[in-house]
This record gives sequence, structure tokens and C-alpha cells, in this order.
Amino acid sequence: MHFESVNECGSALSEERIRHYEKDHMKDILVWAEQRDGRAAGVALEILKKALDLATSLEGQVSAVVIGKECRECAAELIAYGAGRVFAVEDPRLGLYQADACTKILCRLIGEIRPGIVLMGGTSVGADLAPAVAARLGTGLTAHCTDLHIEAVEGRDQLVMVVPGWRGSMMVKIVCPEKRPVMATIRPGVLERGRPDPSRKGEIVAVSPDIDEEDFRARTLERVLESEESALEQAKIIVSGGFGFYEAGGVDLLDQLARALGGVTAGSRPACDAGWIPESRMVGQSGRTVSPDLFISIGASGAPHYTTGFAKAKLIVAIDKNSKAPIFDIADFGIVGDLKEIIPALVEELKAKE
Amino acid sequence: MPLNILVCIKQVPDPEQFDRITLDPATGSINRAGIPPVTNPVDRHAIEEALRIREAFGGSVAVLTMGPPQARKCLEDALAMGADRGVLLCDMAFAGADTLATAAVLAAGIRSAGDFDLVLCGNESVDGATGQVPAQLAEALGWPRVTCTRKIEIAKEAGTAFVEREIEEGVLRVEVSLPAVIAVVKRINRYRLPTIFGILEAGKKEIAEVGCAACECAGLVAEAMGLAGSPTRVAGVFQSHRKRHVEMIGGESKDAARELIRRLREMDAL
Repeated sequence: MHFESVNECGSALSEERIRHYEKDHMKDILVWAEQRDGRAAGVALEILKKALDLATSLEGQVSAVVIGKECRECAAELIAYGAGRVFAVEDPRLGLYQADACTKILCRLIGEIRPGIVLMGGTSVGADLAPAVAARLGTGLTAHCTDLHIEAVEGRDQLVMVVPGWRGSMMVKIVCPEKRPVMATIRPGVLERGRPDPSRKGEIVAVSPDIDEEDFRARTLERVLESEESALEQAKIIVSGGFGFYEAGGVDLLDQLARALGGVTAGSRPACDAGWIPESRMVGQSGRTVSPDLFISIGASGAPHYTTGFAKAKLIVAIDKNSKAPIFDIADFGIVGDLKEIIPALVEELKAKE
Repeated sequence: MPLNILVCIKQVPDPEQFDRITLDPATGSINRAGIPPVTNPVDRHAIEEALRIREAFGGSVAVLTMGPPQARKCLEDALAMGADRGVLLCDMAFAGADTLATAAVLAAGIRSAGDFDLVLCGNESVDGATGQVPAQLAEALGWPRVTCTRKIEIAKEAGTAFVEREIEEGVLRVEVSLPAVIAVVKRINRYRLPTIFGILEAGKKEIAEVGCAACECAGLVAEAMGLAGSPTRVAGVFQSHRKRHVEMIGGESKDAARELIRRLREMDAL
């Protein structure tokens, strides 16, 4: 929440007392890998590639930490994706995300291995864990980074974290000049995943969880699966509705088109607020970030906080009734017209050639 | 045993008008002049949830915000919805805070405002949109937390709450001991609008101003507040360039649809 500081960014840094920078304090990177059902969350694998790139320029090491009931398979996967060392924290009580226990475990591990940078996936759970860990360590955390790189700021190399500001209408560069580790979260689908190399060698270090009853003040009792929501980030084709698609026939029409394309549906903030699309399938800055092969936006004007959620799609098609809508500025193909006619025509056309 | 609840809220520029925010490329400063301030949208759902819990169990609802003097307006709106009293954390020493320093000041303000069983927040603000403050506030208070919450059931006798927190593939059911910080998402409820009576009543309710000195009394050193207490810094702002070169496909709907599908097939996108 860079509240007033965004306003004052011009002067913020120059007013800051700059101490001597010791590069060694930044060189090693720890990646927290969320595990679900024994597998590493995809975002952790995406982050590993970026961590390897950063470590190369910092001449540091990349380690990962995974917390769960069983972590062996996950640890092997992390090594294949580039982690030189994986800290595996196994405990039968940690099959589901336990906020208190995970905070304690991660803080202790960071205190022991003292990485300069800690990177975490900004999943629902990661966005809960990262700020608590940063607060307990008294260090800086930057949310929803779209890029991380080393850049000279105020005369010394620093980790620059780029985040979308004001719902994506601006990009803001954040640094954490003094406190270590520098922490950042990155949303799923924002970074590109590397290639796994099963022949890669790495060390798996078993770490005792060292937790007791007090570490379950908030106790996760069970997980209730509700849908194929996690399919959104994996989807190759996404059909997304904005406020304007509803009058054209609503969710049914969107579903039909998605089915005909073999894709999944999503929506903008207004479409979700109106209850037409579940919030879990909201695309945009406060929702999901997706990078499918094909993204079709229907009846959305294209506010920056929406388009930032799919800016990295390979191909973007925009369909809207308003030819002046900003959505057409970020699309590869555009059609202006009556959605009530165009969507059924697309469905027909797709069916006809099958 | 009634429940004393405090709701943290924030005043933000109207998110519907974020498009009007401009950047001066020469100075790197942000211009948001003329954009009216509103209560952060999801915070209204947090206020609503607190009112509902008070209606079910008795107790009180306090609302608290950190911000400039004009942030009083969002407290007045919450009082008009039915909250009992307001706390305005307002001091130049609080300015320039990142999430860590914000959470530290909020915690000190909460301590100075009384004893609470539950602190509710909106899950994130639309302007900063980090979603980091609720968890960091819980840490500053030394309390447990649950974020992304879409349902709260208070089990008063047990001193706990059963909540549902959203995850990508469904929900986690969590039992959390009170006091706790719970951050809610919009779908938790539909919030009420202030009534005329509520607006009239709000004028009689107290809004306490809390500054740096009161936070120091609550145990927070001045170095932990505002810019001084913020580990992160803004190093620059730039306009995002995401333009692609669009190819418009015209003609009758049927023809346009056919042409689009043909092009997509040609590119192996289908």
C-alpha cells in the first residue's frame, strides 16, 4: 500500500540516507514453493527461472523451501527446475495450509540461512503468508511484481521490483534499500516457466518443523474443492466477458463460445461484481493474471486494471460495440459490432468446420 | 458476552476514475487532482459484517482509518451505516508509510482505542492493492489471522470463529481463536446503505483523533511510523506501454466472424 509515497516518489529516495551497500547481503535467493497434494504449485516453477537469472548476475545460490505432509516428489521437481538446494519441512499436520505454523517455520528458516532475497508465489495462500513473514522479520515486501531485475538505483545495484500501480495505469519501481531479506510476491502466470532438467543435481535438506499446539491458533480444518478454477491459469484459450456482454445473452452465450473453442470463461471486475462470473475467475489486477495462447475479450471497454491481467496473452481478440473502446489498443484483432449477432456467428462458424 | 469489533477502513480515490490519473514524465509525480475520495469498496462489506455480528451477539462496532484529515468522511459514512464510534489516525508522522509501517500504526491505534475481540478489514485496497496490511496488522497485534474470508460464523462460547477462506480451487474451512484479524472479500455479504436516520444519528457519534503521541503511548516508537518505518521505497514510476497493433475486422457480423476464425486457424491459434 504505497499510499502517500507514490505521490511523493520524486523526492522519496533522495531524502533517504543511503548506507554503504554490501552486495553479499543480497546474493542468495530463497523461493517458497507452495505444494498442493504433493506437487509444487506452477508459480514456484515460474519463479525459479527468474531466481536463476537473478542469481547468475548476483553470483549467488538459489534454494527452495517446501512445507507439507510429504515433500519428496515436490523437492525433486524443484531441483529439476533449478533449485540447488531444497529445504523440505514435513509434518503430518501440514498437509493443508496452516497460517501460523507456516509463518513460524519460514521465519525460522530465513533466520538460519539468511538469504538476501525471498520470492514467493502470490497465490491466495502465498498472499497470506508473505506479508506475515515480512512483518515478523521487520523487512520489506512488494506485492504482485511483474518483473524483477538488478538495476543501479541511487548509485548502487539494487533489486528493482516492478509492480502495476493504480490498477495498471502506471508501473511503479520499488526497492528495499536497507532491510534484508528483500521480499517479493509474484502472481501465477506472470513469469515464464523454465524447462525442467531431470538430470540436475541438488541437495534435499530435511528440516524439522518444530511446531506445537500454539502454532495452530488459526487451524485449517479441511479443504472443500469447488470447481475447476485452477484451470484458468493453465487454459490455452480464455473467453472473457465484460459488463457489456450480459445484455447480449449473458453467461450462456459466453459458455457456448468457450465450449465451441475448447476454452474456459472468465470475466472483468464489473462482470464479477454483477455476479455473472464468479470472483475466482476474475481477470485483472485484483484478480487472476493469465497468459493463454488466445484471449478473447467480449463487451469489455478495456480499463487498464482489467487488461493488465492478460497483457501477456500470445494473441488477443477484442469484440465490443464501441469502436473507440481502449480494449482495441491492446488487441491483435478487433471486431466492432452487435455482440448478439457476432457471438452466435462465431459459435456457428466454429461448429460448421468441425 | 458481547463482542467488541473494530473495522479498519481506508479512503481511496474513486477507482472508477483511475483512468484520469496522469503521470508527469518530467518530475515522475502522480497527478490525481479532481478524483473524488471514496471508502475502499470492499471495506463496506467489512463494516456490514461487523454490524451483522453485533446484531446477532450484541457489543459494539468501532471504525478506524489512517489518513489525512479529510479521511474523516469515510468514518462518517461508516457511522451512518450503523457503526458506534470512529477513530481517525492522523499525523504527519504517519505519511509515506508502506504496508509494514501502516500495519504498525494501525495496531498502535487499535491498542489505544480499547480492547477488541475481533478486527475486520477489507482484503485489499483498490489503490495500493497489495493485500498485505491485514496479515501484517495481525502480526503487529500478535494475533492470528485469516484473509480472503467469504463467511464468518462466531462460536462465542468457545471464543473462536469458523470461517471459510477462498483459495483458487475452492475454500479452506478454518477455526480461528479470538481475538483475531479477519480480512473479508466482497462476496461475504451485501452491504446496507445508510438511512436518513442513520445519517442524522452519525452526527452525534464520536470520532476520536489519534496522533503520533498516542501511538507512542501504545508502545510504538516514532521511527516505526510513516516513511521512516517503511523498508520499501518507490524508486520511480513509468507509464505502462502495452499497445499492440490491432487489425480491425469489419463487415457484416457473419462475415467478420468467419474471417476472424479463418485468421485464427491460419495462425494455429485454434
